[in-house]
Amino acid sequence: MFYREAGQFKSSYAADQAAFPIAQDRIFIGIWLLIGFVAIPLLSNEYLFRAIFIPFLILALAALGLNLLVGYCGQVSLGTGAFMAVGAYAAYNFWIRIPGLNPLIAFVLAGGVATLVGIVFGIPSLRIKGFYLAVATLAAQFFMDWMFARVGWFTNYTPSGSIAVPPISVFGFEFDSPVRRYMLCLTILVLFAIVAKNIVRGRIGRGWMATRDMDVAAEIIGIRPMYAKLSAFAVSSFFIGVAGALWGFVHLGSWEPLAFDINRSFSILFMVIIGGLGSILGAFLGAAFITVLPLFLNQLPIWLGIEISTAMISHIEFMIFGALIVFFLAVEPLGLARLWQIAKEKLRLWPFPY
Amino acid sequence: MKLTWKLAVSTCAIAVLLSGCERQEEEAATGGEVNAAEQFVPLLVYRSGPYAPNGIPFANGLVDYLNLVNLRDGGVNGVTLTYEECETGYATDRGVECYERLKGKGPTGATAVNPLSTGITFALTEKVAADKIPLITMGYGRSESVDGSVFKWNFPLLGTYWTAADILVQHVGNLSGGLNKLEGKKIALVYHDSPYGKEPIPLLEKRAKMHGFELLKIPVTHPGVEQKAAWLQVRQNRPDFVFLWGWGVMNSTAIKEAAAVRYPRDQMYGVWWAGAEPDVTPAGRNSKGYNSITLQHSSGRTAIHADIIEYVHGGGKGAGPEKDVGHVLYNRGLINAVLLVESIRTAQGKYGEKSLTGEEVRWGIENLNLTAARIKELGLEGMMQPVKLSCSDHEGVRRARIHQWDGSDWQFVSDWIEADNSVVRPMVDAAADKYAKEKGIKKVNCTS
Repeated sequence: MFYREAGQFKSSYAADQAAFPIAQDRIFIGIWLLIGFVAIPLLSNEYLFRAIFIPFLILALAALGLNLLVGYCGQVSLGTGAFMAVGAYAAYNFWIRIPGLNPLIAFVLAGGVATLVGIVFGIPSLRIKGFYLAVATLAAQFFMDWMFARVGWFTNYTPSGSIAVPPISVFGFEFDSPVRRYMLCLTILVLFAIVAKNIVRGRIGRGWMATRDMDVAAEIIGIRPMYAKLSAFAVSSFFIGVAGALWGFVHLGSWEPLAFDINRSFSILFMVIIGGLGSILGAFLGAAFITVLPLFLNQLPIWLGIEISTAMISHIEFMIFGALIVFFLAVEPLGLARLWQIAKEKLRLWPFPY
Repeated sequence: MKLTWKLAVSTCAIAVLLSGCERQEEEAATGGEVNAAEQFVPLLVYRSGPYAPNGIPFANGLVDYLNLVNLRDGGVNGVTLTYEECETGYATDRGVECYERLKGKGPTGATAVNPLSTGITFALTEKVAADKIPLITMGYGRSESVDGSVFKWNFPLLGTYWTAADILVQHVGNLSGGLNKLEGKKIALVYHDSPYGKEPIPLLEKRAKMHGFELLKIPVTHPGVEQKAAWLQVRQNRPDFVFLWGWGVMNSTAIKEAAAVRYPRDQMYGVWWAGAEPDVTPAGRNSKGYNSITLQHSSGRTAIHADIIEYVHGGGKGAGPEKDVGHVLYNRGLINAVLLVESIRTAQGKYGEKSLTGEEVRWGIENLNLTAARIKELGLEGMMQPVKLSCSDHEGVRRARIHQWDGSDWQFVSDWIEADNSVVRPMVDAAADKYAKEKGIKKVNCTS
């Protein structure tokens, strides 16, 4: 009842090819945009911004980037943390070495550097697939960890290897308060999500999906595997590089190589898998699940007024979190996005399913 | 059948929710009756993860002393100390989240933050300045933050890593018969590959240049359970001394690996975070002879521990097992709490006996003057040297002793050694100036 496309006639090619051809979807996206741009800034406090929304938005961007590679093009990567690190350190180096550089331009340049590095580490994908490719991208992770910890030039020779950045200001507008930082991240995320949505439903994205589903068949119908795979690595790394730069500049403000270690790669891969491979919505749902749920579980006992020790809370957090991951993957292996899709199908027939 | 199961679960859920609400109501009621001034202390702790064996005793010492002040003295001049723990797991992102979670609690917000992690310290340094909350990093953190004219909100009390490294070099110099005798010798630094482990490197490099010893830098990746390669390097190079800059499970692993490559333990010197019971006991007999620098105190009990056992543990409020009272890291947490409470007391002298804001407490820390008489009064005699801070010196004291593990206990093997400020201070000033320039911070004039 709520989700019926009956009566929505497409009378032009443009209407038929729209990103969201169904009116309910457009309304739904509109509501979320209103919540994101209006409701949350009005209602949230500093804690929610700094500890929940900003990390969520940035990691959603990284998950979106990884989903293009893993979900749409089928190339498993464990090097997300490394590409984020490339983005963060590149932005830092552009910023200190070019005085007066607009930070937004530094982020874009950092994304560009991450793209190049992504292409280089994507080259093995032309020969190897699946688990073997995952191991090859793991090399990127270890190499970058090593490089940023060892090569002093990248950290401007700070003695401890930890670097700090000043607050971002664009044309004299300071992104100092949490709400401004949140708006910056949200705007960037929305722009990138629009780009991603349009790439995946266009020629490039269809090429990726064909390669993912069966690379030999894709090659036979005229999709160049080298172009498809490397472009997926390039676009994905650009997204992830920008996310890394935001993570360093907007969220952390000062960081060490450990901020982008293998655990970061794993957690973003889990976001993509739990959220739903090959789904833009999945990247958001997965990021919300992985970033927000542990914090929620950690604070739940205090809200409920149950007095248990701090150590116990964190053990319980790990146990419930782990159990929920298993539960969701067992109930719906295709991810949270698939659950939403099932809900939409049910809503279409509700209340008279046949 | 299925229905009853669901019913049972939902009944349980409702019961839990209701009991929670009731408790909150109760709390609200008692809070209204007493209406006493409160001072909120956020506690960033780690009681789980690879660093928990070291994080737990420290947190217990801190909590026990705060409870002692409440139970024995009824708070600081009648102001009750309240606290809430938040588990960081030694992870920087969770530490920042905890800080954000706790900074606004209590009537006046957070008193001061003690993150017990150099990584979290780096991440919070800019945030605390914006929020006006002092950041106490007792024996860790940024070495250049001694300079209070640039790092107004950072307090690396009782010693930084540069101080520690300087004292260690002086000690091994004394053992060799003078600092000039270090020429041609080899000192290996086996360090945790993080900002924490890298902190001492600039100072050791400077000292190496001054005295002509060779410095071998051997990094160990977090969390440090795999160190075969590092100790192979030690075996090949046979350094005269090994400085161990580890934390958590890395320390005991290092001692075991040293034993495996037969590197003499009595030529190993840990930083003060590598010189507590959890570091040596897992390696058993192999730890005998292992040395470490102390952050003022070692293990053992003094008058204050008797009070803690009587008032806190006697009332069943002890944070940990009673037998652990007096361990090295327990004592460190205790001293951290003492310094915090004395700072609050100092600030109350100026601003009045009420709930103080972070800014007021900052004044209290900067003007802290813990004399020998006061230390004796507090029941800490023999555990620490007098501490006096100033605007340009946020460290307070630069002296330490070396202690050695005799197989069952820590024994002091050196007298107090003072770090040479003519070596350390120029580095502090240079690094602080560089930081101020990068960040565009206006220096506070300390002379006025």
